[in-house]
Amino acid sequence: MSEHEYVPKSKAGKWFNDRLPLLSLASHLTDYPTPKNLNYWWTFGGILTFCLLTQIITGIVLAMHYVAHADLAFASVEHIMRDVNYGWLIRYIHSNGASMFFLAVYIHIFRSLFYGSYKSPREIIWIIGLMIYLLMMAAAFMGYVLPWGQMSFWGATVITNLFSAIPLVGDSITTWLWGAYSVDNPTLTRFFSLHYLIPFLILGLVVLHIWALHIPGNNNPVGIDIKKPSKDTVPFHPYITIKDAFALLLFSIIFAGFVFFAPNVLGHSDNYIQANPMVTPAHIVPEWYLLPFYAILRSVPDKLGGVILMFGAIFILFVLPWLDTSKVRSAVFRPIYRQFFWILVLDVLVLGYVGAMPAEGIYLVLARVGTVYYFLHFIVILPVVGYLEKTEPVPLSISEPVLSGSANYSMAKKDNEKI
Amino acid sequence: MKKFKLFFCILLSLTIFNTLKSAEQVDPIKVDWSFKGLLGKFDRASLQRGYQVYNEVCASCHSMQYLSYRNLGEPGGPEFSEEEVKAIAAGFEVTDGPDAQGEMFTRAGRPSDKFVSPYPNVKAAAAANGGAYPPDMSVLVKARKGGANYIYSVLVGYEDPPPGVTLDEGVYYNKYMIGNKIKMPNNLSDGLVEYADGTEATVDQMAKDVTTFLSWAAEPELESRHKTGVKVILYLVLLSILVFLSMKKIWSRVNPEI
Repeated sequence: MSEHEYVPKSKAGKWFNDRLPLLSLASHLTDYPTPKNLNYWWTFGGILTFCLLTQIITGIVLAMHYVAHADLAFASVEHIMRDVNYGWLIRYIHSNGASMFFLAVYIHIFRSLFYGSYKSPREIIWIIGLMIYLLMMAAAFMGYVLPWGQMSFWGATVITNLFSAIPLVGDSITTWLWGAYSVDNPTLTRFFSLHYLIPFLILGLVVLHIWALHIPGNNNPVGIDIKKPSKDTVPFHPYITIKDAFALLLFSIIFAGFVFFAPNVLGHSDNYIQANPMVTPAHIVPEWYLLPFYAILRSVPDKLGGVILMFGAIFILFVLPWLDTSKVRSAVFRPIYRQFFWILVLDVLVLGYVGAMPAEGIYLVLARVGTVYYFLHFIVILPVVGYLEKTEPVPLSISEPVLSGSANYSMAKKDNEKI
Repeated sequence: MKKFKLFFCILLSLTIFNTLKSAEQVDPIKVDWSFKGLLGKFDRASLQRGYQVYNEVCASCHSMQYLSYRNLGEPGGPEFSEEEVKAIAAGFEVTDGPDAQGEMFTRAGRPSDKFVSPYPNVKAAAAANGGAYPPDMSVLVKARKGGANYIYSVLVGYEDPPPGVTLDEGVYYNKYMIGNKIKMPNNLSDGLVEYADGTEATVDQMAKDVTTFLSWAAEPELESRHKTGVKVILYLVLLSILVFLSMKKIWSRVNPEI
């Protein structure tokens, strides 16, 4: 783990460090050689850590005041909003924090897709990241159920019913998940319990994610292996910490904008109506960050098929490092892949849009085209493009231009600024 | 850049398509509320009048179970004086107990009491109103798409049904209501309440005042939220500038710079 041996200066420090090398760890983290050409898309790792900690801290406070009971949950949320000191602030940070968390994670994932950060030797980092993403979706879904509003209740009903599509044992599994014969108080209490557990699982995976990252070191916009430490790298502290801090502040301004001036714009107004099993809302929609998957689910006329495709859309990402056949990591040097990357971004945005619309007419057509294209991208386009594409010359190091001429690095740089 | 343009063209066309599709429904009237915008505040006098309308007109059917009488005197709300709040609360009969003998009893309301509901439960409320439960109004503004504009529009949107539309007994026609059918009769008429501050009680005035009151009830933190928000964002912007300058200085040691 350490590239150099660290010896504490003080005697007490040395005594402690010999028994538990925490100081060595701290030294490793501050000196960690990082490529000096990382752009702002690389600041989202730090931002995501901030998001996770924000959710955990505000969540712990909310749990002190929240009551997980079907008859009392909605009222307890109003109690937090009205009677708890700054309860409205804590709750709005938590509810908007979920959206900001997903915004950041999507940027983080697409950054990885663009610069090929998932490729060898970083497959394990990528897979742990996807596990974190899956847990995030589970945590967000269960968290949305807790206020026990109409969308909470009906969202939970729709999602848990997906499991009934499993042949033979589907209904039994659904009943087991509910702890009742419909979404009811037992469902709420177990969701609360799991919603409190999952963030700590995520935290554990984040440690593994960073550990795995520190073995090969960061990928970078040029996507080449670099010597560490060398003149291509800078120590993590203070160079990367200050840059992450600056990016985090800009992110916080947007975050604060939502919390203070539009705290409910990302939510659904129906969730301020207490859950009522007798009244179904006109349109049941999940939160915005799950909409692309919702669109995929509804694009298939068969329930089981829809469920398989929806989960498949995530699980296909697990084998992405082996689907991409290109030897070149960064899309900066991959003129064809670069185009398909942006088409994929557009495809996911369109899926998200139609996921919010009723599943009929033009929206259903768009959802189907979008779904087919999504899988086409990973199963056909990626492997084929990797073989056929003529990549541009890759520089030998970050500081030095390519051997065949000095144009490419500056081009790479220009390209980075553009995106 | 081309790709970005393509992006926005497609997204834009989707949006336009969507607006065309929902053009049959009447959009709520846009009112220039004083509490909109980054520095929006409630109109104190309008809140007090709105409470009067709520209390004299709406409260006979609609509960507001999450509000307490003390809220009426808190900063950022109608800001009735302490005596006024006590008097308002004392005007209600609250069921309390059980006492030492195990009996429930009634007493005059106190500022710490929750708003007294007109019906003992949802079923009783529905039964007394032709099967339609008059929704609790504590968070009503947040619970409706269109918020304050929608509530106001429904209050002034009663019309005779257009030819060809037949309404059942106890159902009324409303231009802005989803589906145009509403079980709440048009309860507002000019001069229905006599405002303590002498404002003329037109239907429009009462609808605006009570909507303002309901907006506050749904978001009692709105004013302090806006005030804190401005401070927080100013602080973050200043700190960003400082951190940006520090970053430039630190990175000036590295070549090429970021």
